[in-house]
Amino acid sequence: MQTRHSRSWPMIAALAALSAPLVIMYVYQVVDTVTTSAPGSIIPNGITLQHWRFLFGPITTGGPSIWTLAGNTLVFASVTALLVTAVSLTAAYALSRLQMPGRGLFLGGLIVLHAFPTLTLIVAVFLILQYMGLYDTMTGVILVKVAFELPFGIWIMKGFYDSVPWEIEMAGVTDGASRFTVWRLLVLPLVQPGLAALLIFSFLSGWSEFILPLVLAPANAPQVLATYLASIIADDRVADYSLFKAVSIFYALPVLAIYVIFQNKLMNIYGGGTKG
Amino acid sequence: MQLVLDGFTKRFGDTAVVDGLDLTVADGEMIALLGPSGCGKSTTLFAIAGLHRVDGGRILFGDRDVANVSAQARNVGIVFQNYALYPHMTVAQNIGFPLRVRRESTKEIDRKVRAMAALVRIDELLDRRPVQLSGGQQQRVALARALVREPDVLLLDEPLANLDAKLRMDMRSEIRRVQLETGITAILVTHDQVEAMSMCDRIALMKSGRIVQVSGPAAMYDDPADRYVASFLGNPSIAFLNAAAGEEMRLAGGQSLGPAGRLAGKGALELGVRPEHFGPGKGPKLTGKVVMMETHGREDLFEIEIAGGGQLRSILPAGSGTRLGDAVEWGVAVDRIFAFSLDGARI
Repeated sequence: MQTRHSRSWPMIAALAALSAPLVIMYVYQVVDTVTTSAPGSIIPNGITLQHWRFLFGPITTGGPSIWTLAGNTLVFASVTALLVTAVSLTAAYALSRLQMPGRGLFLGGLIVLHAFPTLTLIVAVFLILQYMGLYDTMTGVILVKVAFELPFGIWIMKGFYDSVPWEIEMAGVTDGASRFTVWRLLVLPLVQPGLAALLIFSFLSGWSEFILPLVLAPANAPQVLATYLASIIADDRVADYSLFKAVSIFYALPVLAIYVIFQNKLMNIYGGGTKG
Repeated sequence: MQLVLDGFTKRFGDTAVVDGLDLTVADGEMIALLGPSGCGKSTTLFAIAGLHRVDGGRILFGDRDVANVSAQARNVGIVFQNYALYPHMTVAQNIGFPLRVRRESTKEIDRKVRAMAALVRIDELLDRRPVQLSGGQQQRVALARALVREPDVLLLDEPLANLDAKLRMDMRSEIRRVQLETGITAILVTHDQVEAMSMCDRIALMKSGRIVQVSGPAAMYDDPADRYVASFLGNPSIAFLNAAAGEEMRLAGGQSLGPAGRLAGKGALELGVRPEHFGPGKGPKLTGKVVMMETHGREDLFEIEIAGGGQLRSILPAGSGTRLGDAVEWGVAVDRIFAFSLDGARI
């Protein structure tokens, strides 16, 4: 043990030196939100809660309340996560287990879409939403987000289904259960780790989505936290970097919390589904 | 319940894996489908269970043709090679699953599960999960789950293949005991002749989708229908010698086994000699040299290079004093050896 320690400390030092700029920036990210400092100085000269004023009311008169935005973002991310998981759960089972026409084509398409830079479709998506009357609505953005997330979700879930032994289902069927009962009572519990991970991942992905709401639901006011954050620095009337940092922290806290709470479940998605 | 396969045919794509197979399993009988991998024995089993669609012929449970009945409605119990226990359920829940699907009352399920657990001797384990069990215990749970719904037929797909040697011997007699106690009609799929011979009333030996011979284990061993059957049964296995039958039975290597008897004048053929029928003082003598010796504890196994060509195996009680490299002159029990024509048919 002793030798291992003495050998690893130069490595730790090198890594620490490399990480230092990041760490310092994170420290200032937090420090700046509760302090004031003279222009050009990096040493804080006073303490203030002024930058957190957005929690208690709109920062500009007539602007949106942070809580409304947070609520919107929560709804957007949750609905996205639920839809992605629900569709992936069923579609992946069909692709993994059922003989159906066009299955190979579907699988191929899934891989292509998985790697495809979907954002390049944005103009077409814009036109379709416009045509359907869903442009500039939350529903429209959610549908597009779900569609973009599905290849990933289906692919991940298919991996989990593939690792469930066929014999489990064969045993269930000979035990007298219908295919649906077998899926619900025998297979679903075995892919549950994948389900949980996918739910969390697509929630986080929805929470951090920026481009889609920006382009497809611009309105006159931002509707989710990501676009609101962008509007704070874009708006030169209130260019206030400490405020920006405070809102960033507010925006990032749920993500950090979810990672801390669910880290074990999230690791599953890379395991590809372990049995039993 | 009597089970009849009548012209059962199964194709995968254009290949007929099993073609027109006929088999009758009597009520309460345990029969083995024995054969090398890829011979269609598991395919047949899965078709009986309803897991494979049947492409031709009938499958009768008693008088009922189930060839087009769904797996759920067939009432068969099946034990898989990997047991296929439901990992998220306890042992009791695993065994009770078929009853739960049939919506039997909790009380009834509990009673039947306990009775079945007692039969396969896992009463102590009902609250465990499959991962906490040894291979043999998992096997017992799988057996209990297959039997709890009182199926018409019990199907066993290589049930012992995943167990270590010692446990395999125990489970062999355990499965047979449970089968006899319940009196259920059972089919065992295996590639292991010892399993088939020790557990079953009869053996159906299969080769590329056909049944070659159906008979009791001893009858099949002593009276094989052809060269394939003779070579499949027996461990250590039978050895073959090329010979020609004129007046005398003369080996290809030149040595003679005496008068050819009923085989006189048959010309070129093959003789099958089991290891227990070649040794000191058994009959007409052959000279040769010991080229291999294996100690099996109670017995020793020898391989003898016959002078002039050909090899025979011999199994002798330990302590015969024969050693590797010895020249020997041992007898062949000519009344116990088999003769096959060159295309493998028994003559």
